[in-house]
Amino acid sequence: MPESYVNLLADLKEDEVLKLTKKRIDSGEDPMKILEDSRKGMEIVGKRFADGEYFLPELVFSGELLKQVTAMVKPHMSGKATQVKKAGKVVIGTVAGDIHDIGLNIVDFMLDVNGFDVTNLGVDVPADKFVKAMKDTKAPVLGLSGFLTPAFDAMKETVEALEKAGIRKNVKIMIGGGQMDDEVRKYAKADAFGKDAMAAVSLAKKWIGVN
Amino acid sequence: MNRSNRGVYFMGNSEPRAGMSWEEKREERFRRWLSPDVKFESPAAGEAYRRRVTRFIKAIRLEEPDRVPVMLPVEYYPAYYAGGNLKKVMYDYDELRRAWLKFIREFDMDSFNGPSLVFPGRVLDMIDYKIQKWPGHGLPDDAPSHQYIEGEYMPPDEYDLLIRDPADYLLRYFLPRTAGALQGFRKLGPVTPMVGIPVFYIMQFGDPDIRAAYQALLDAGQECLKWTAVVGEVSQAALAAGFPTIWGGMGQAPYDMVGDMLRGTRGIMMDMFRRPGKLLEAMERLIPICIEETVSSANASGCPIIFIPLHKGTGGFMSNKQFETFYWPTLKKVMLGLIDEGLVPMPFAEGDYGPRLEIIRDMPRASVIWFFEQMDMARAKKVLGDVACIAGNVTASVLCTGAPREVKETCRQLIRTCAPGGGYILSGAVHMDKGNPDNLRVMMEAAREYGVYKS
Repeated sequence: MPESYVNLLADLKEDEVLKLTKKRIDSGEDPMKILEDSRKGMEIVGKRFADGEYFLPELVFSGELLKQVTAMVKPHMSGKATQVKKAGKVVIGTVAGDIHDIGLNIVDFMLDVNGFDVTNLGVDVPADKFVKAMKDTKAPVLGLSGFLTPAFDAMKETVEALEKAGIRKNVKIMIGGGQMDDEVRKYAKADAFGKDAMAAVSLAKKWIGVN
Repeated sequence: MNRSNRGVYFMGNSEPRAGMSWEEKREERFRRWLSPDVKFESPAAGEAYRRRVTRFIKAIRLEEPDRVPVMLPVEYYPAYYAGGNLKKVMYDYDELRRAWLKFIREFDMDSFNGPSLVFPGRVLDMIDYKIQKWPGHGLPDDAPSHQYIEGEYMPPDEYDLLIRDPADYLLRYFLPRTAGALQGFRKLGPVTPMVGIPVFYIMQFGDPDIRAAYQALLDAGQECLKWTAVVGEVSQAALAAGFPTIWGGMGQAPYDMVGDMLRGTRGIMMDMFRRPGKLLEAMERLIPICIEETVSSANASGCPIIFIPLHKGTGGFMSNKQFETFYWPTLKKVMLGLIDEGLVPMPFAEGDYGPRLEIIRDMPRASVIWFFEQMDMARAKKVLGDVACIAGNVTASVLCTGAPREVKETCRQLIRTCAPGGGYILSGAVHMDKGNPDNLRVMMEAAREYGVYKS
């Protein structure tokens, strides 16, 4: 059953997944096992997205499915949530003055299903908030997102703020989104530009040293 | 943008008539575009005007003009160039006039668009508009553009209300949710009481909340007039100086109308799975509304080019199959409807339309200008070159952070790739809102140096 559950979730069969989730809970199964299967299903979704079989609508819909499954399972958990081992910490956010989050959330999703511990600071994030988050989390990787051309300067200012705080050398910075390219990467003095969420995953893996 | 001209146009004798083919209607509209209702500053300005319009017309017809025409990637830039910023010109109409007139005097261009997208800040304040941020209102004072706050302003169970009567839906559901001063419209009854007893309909206008909402709308409309006068003045000045407008009106893809304004990106994507039938039905319902609105603004402006910014059908946002199911069919119907009125749709394909090229090829020959943002223009030329005029796409990074010689070199390569045989307009991938004015000037230089057709 778990295997078909994983596949049903990966295939986005909403009714079947919810029915089966209820059945598994009612039969007294360990809720953690259901969540673990959901995670496996989401991994397949992420892989299909990376392979160009799924697109943004499937990511959005799978996220909604997971939310429903988690809400059903949660009341039955004994409280001791076992931590899934994470590949490493990554902080991401859309830079100051820009409120676009579609690309940001795709990157969040893809890093998460690839095992990273993601801190998503959201949109319109001022430079000092990035600095604080890097200090607090001690994450080695920072992802800056931006859609608009004013984000060029905001990215530059964020990188400069990390320099001023003396932590630039501890952090690898990747940028991505709408108008970004390698020219902007140079302008902002970031370490890499990624053209999509898969690039963000492979950069994070490379920098953190995960295979 | 000056809608008050609309009636005048219909009284004239140059309107496309029923029974004409779309090509004949378009020729009528081209003729009107070539001879606008304006007194040119000088005979030379008139000459230059006609030369510029002819340049665009030939590019649209896939013929070779005298040289490659240019659309400078300028929207709010004149505010910055005049030493101010967007906030200043949104709130100070005199400053708006000064900045835009200065730009007209100091730049050579093939086309110029009036400041009709520099929305009057006071009007937005007066209605307490909630779904946009602008400089000084949710964004820093010196922010160079405004931004849209997306949300599910229409919950999924209201599709039927929208489909039944979009106008009623806009007034009684959408406006009260998105403009604080118009909340009173929430209390309005249906606005189509066809029962022949007017008193029941009239009495609701005694309600203080409903009255306050209408009053806010009337006051904001009054304020708008001051702004419209300046927009009209600037637009006339540009025409008089010989610069044609290339924005005769603005349209939208039905998928974007639903996705941008009503359901949000997340909402409409959920609908593709949960209620695809309702989504398709709603989009069909919006087609004639989009066409009618656009035709009337083109009639008023005298320019037949219709700018259609495309948002949510881009490469990463959906598969080709989803594009062909949810996005393209209703967009195509809107564009065919506009073409049938003699208009020229200019879809601005934001994002990456590379995967869509083969699909969007399917339009009548020489009827559309495809304006690309991220695109391998060599492939675009190869796939679309024999059916549609293409425009684009000096990248944002080069335009905003590069040196003038880099911009010029990018233009040279674009011209070499896209110009042969005609059917190409040189432009930016996005608008430059700030930055080096020489980066705009070299685009014109490049067109003159590299874009001349020798026939």
